[in-house]
Amino acid sequence: MSSSIKNDWVLKVENLTKIYGSYSDETIALTGPQRGTNICPITGSIVACANISFELYPGEVLGIVGESGSGKSTIVKQLFFDMEVTNGNAYLKPYKNGTVNILTESNQKKRYMRNHLMGMVYQNPRDGLNFSFTSGGNIAEKLLMADMFHVGKIRERASSLLSKTEVPVARMDDLPAYFSGGMQQRVQISKAIANNPPLLFLDEITSGLDVSVQAKVLDLIRGLQRELGIAMIVVSHDLSVIRMLTDRTLVLKDGRIVERGLTDQILQDPQHEYTQLLVSSLL
Amino acid sequence: MATILEVKNLRKFFHLYILNNKQIEALTDVEFSMEEGEIVGLTGKSGSGKSTLMKTIYRTYLANEGEINYLSSASGIVDLVTANEHTVLELRRKEITYCSQFLKVIPRVTAVDVVADPIVKKESDRILAREVATELIQKLGLPKELWDAFPSTFSGGEQQRINIAHAIISKPRFLLVDEPTASLDAKTKDIVIELILDLKKQGTSVLLITHDEYTLSNLADKIVHLQHGRIVEQTYA
Ligand SMILES: Nc1ncnc2c1ncn2[C@@H]1O[C@H](COP(=O)(O)OP(=O)(O)O)[C@@H](O)[C@H]1O
Ligand SMILES: Nc1ncnc2c1ncn2[C@@H]1O[C@H](COP(=O)(O)OP(=O)(O)O)[C@@H](O)[C@H]1O
Ligand SMILES: [Mg+2]
Ligand SMILES: [Mg+2]
Repeated sequence: MSSSIKNDWVLKVENLTKIYGSYSDETIALTGPQRGTNICPITGSIVACANISFELYPGEVLGIVGESGSGKSTIVKQLFFDMEVTNGNAYLKPYKNGTVNILTESNQKKRYMRNHLMGMVYQNPRDGLNFSFTSGGNIAEKLLMADMFHVGKIRERASSLLSKTEVPVARMDDLPAYFSGGMQQRVQISKAIANNPPLLFLDEITSGLDVSVQAKVLDLIRGLQRELGIAMIVVSHDLSVIRMLTDRTLVLKDGRIVERGLTDQILQDPQHEYTQLLVSSLL
Repeated sequence: MATILEVKNLRKFFHLYILNNKQIEALTDVEFSMEEGEIVGLTGKSGSGKSTLMKTIYRTYLANEGEINYLSSASGIVDLVTANEHTVLELRRKEITYCSQFLKVIPRVTAVDVVADPIVKKESDRILAREVATELIQKLGLPKELWDAFPSTFSGGEQQRINIAHAIISKPRFLLVDEPTASLDAKTKDIVIELILDLKKQGTSVLLITHDEYTLSNLADKIVHLQHGRIVEQTYA
C-alpha cells in the first residue's frame, strides 16, 4: 500500500525556511525549540520557520498547531506566495505534474497557481475580501481571475456559493462591511473556494469570532470538505479546532516541527514535552 | 485460513514529562495472533492494559517496541507500528474500525448522520446511507425521537448504540470493540451479540474487550488474558 500511494500527494514541501534579517551559518542551529527561541543570539535575525517538510494528500485535512509566533502563518503565507521564502522547495501535483519547485516560478506563474489551483481564508476578513466590492463582486473578482468571463454564469456561481456557505443570496449586492464577522468569514470562504481549488489554506479562521459563531463556521468547513473533497491545511492555535477538522497534525514550536502524527494520536498519546503541555491545557 | 493479525514483542510505555517524567509501563512483551474470521476476547482487570493494546493496534497510541503485522486485503502485510500515517488513514477508511468505550462524536451532527458517516464517500451517497443507518439504529432499539437528535446529549446506553452502529455499518474487515455491551440491557446486549456474529459470518475478524462473561462466552473463539500489561494466559473456547 505505501508504495502505491507514495506519489499521490497534492502538495509536497521540503525544508521550507523563512528568516527575517541577515543571518549566519549558525543561525538555524542557535534557534529552535531546544534553545527556546526563534531569535538568533548572534545576528538578531528571526527564524520564523525552518526545515519544514511534509506532504499533503488529496482530500486530506492537515492541521498545523502551535502557540502564537511559532511560525504557522509564515508557512501558509509562503505557500500561497503572500511572502518570499528564504529557502526550500514546494511541489504542487496539479501544476506541471508536481515536477517543478513552485516557490521559484515567475510571478506570473505564481499568480496563475493562486487563481486556479489554491484558495486562502485569512483570520481577518479584510485580508481576503475587497471591502469596496459587494459580496457577489468579491466572488466575481476571483472567478474573473480564474478565467470565467460570462456575466450570467458568474452571478449564478456566486449565488450558488453564497447559498452553500449559508449567506442569504439576497445580500449578494451588499458590501461586506455591513455584515457580521461570521458572515464576512462565510463570504471569504465562498470566495476562496470559487475557483474549485484542489488546495485550500485556512489560517485561524475562527479566532476572531464568538464561540457560537465559531461552531457554525467549523461546521461549514467540515461540510465543504466532505462535499468537495478539497485538501486543506488548517492553521490554529486551538487544539479543539484541530481535533474537529483534521486527520493529521504538525505541532510547531519556535519555527520547527516538534511532533507530527495522526490527530487522535497527537491528542491521546503526545510524545513531545511541548505537545503534552498543549494537550493538558485542553482538558 | 490466513493470520490477519500478528502482534510480536509489543512494548508500550507512557513517558509523562508534565508529571515529573513519570513513566508508566502499560504493555510488556505482548505476543498473540488472530486468524481471519476469528473473534478474540481480551480480558483482564481494570488497568491491565486492554484499551492500551487496542489503541496501539489502531495507532491512536504509538508502540515503543515490537510489531503489529496486519494482513490488509488491499495491500498485504502492513506493520501498524511503523506504517506511514497515510497508510493507516487508508486502512481506517477501508478496513479497520474501532468502537471506543466512550462516545466521541462530532458536535451538532445528528445520530443518523454520525452512524451514516463511514459509508458516505460522496455527498450523493447520503440518502441511501441514512436509510442503512436508520435501519441499524432501529435494530439496536434507539428510540425514534432520538434519530435526528444530537448524541452528545444521550444517555450512556444510547451513546453506546451509536458507537457500535458507527463501527459496524461499513462491515469492516477488522473490528476493534472496547466494552460494547457494558451499559446495555439484556435485550440490546443480545442484539449486539447477534450483529457481531453476523459480521463474523461475513468474514470480519473481531478483537473484543469485555468484562461481561455472557458477551464473552457467546462471542469469543479465543480468550487472551492480560495482567499488568502482560499476557498471562490464552485459552480457546
Ligand atoms: N515582518 C516580520 N519581521 C520580523 N519578524 C516577523 C515578521 N513577521 C513575522 N515575524 C515573526 O515570525 C515569527 C512567526 O510568526 P507567524 O508565522 O506569524 O506566527 P504564528 O502564525 O504561529 O502566530 C514570529 O516570531 C513573528 O514575530
Ligand atoms: N493516554 C494515556 N496516557 C497515560 N497513561 C495511560 C494512557 N492510557 C492508558 N494509560 C495507562 O496505562 C495503563 C493501562 O490502562 P488501560 O489500557 O486503559 O487499561 P484497561 O483498559 O485494561 O482498563 C493504566 O496505568 C493507565 O493509566
Ligand atoms: Mg498566525
Ligand atoms: Mg479500558
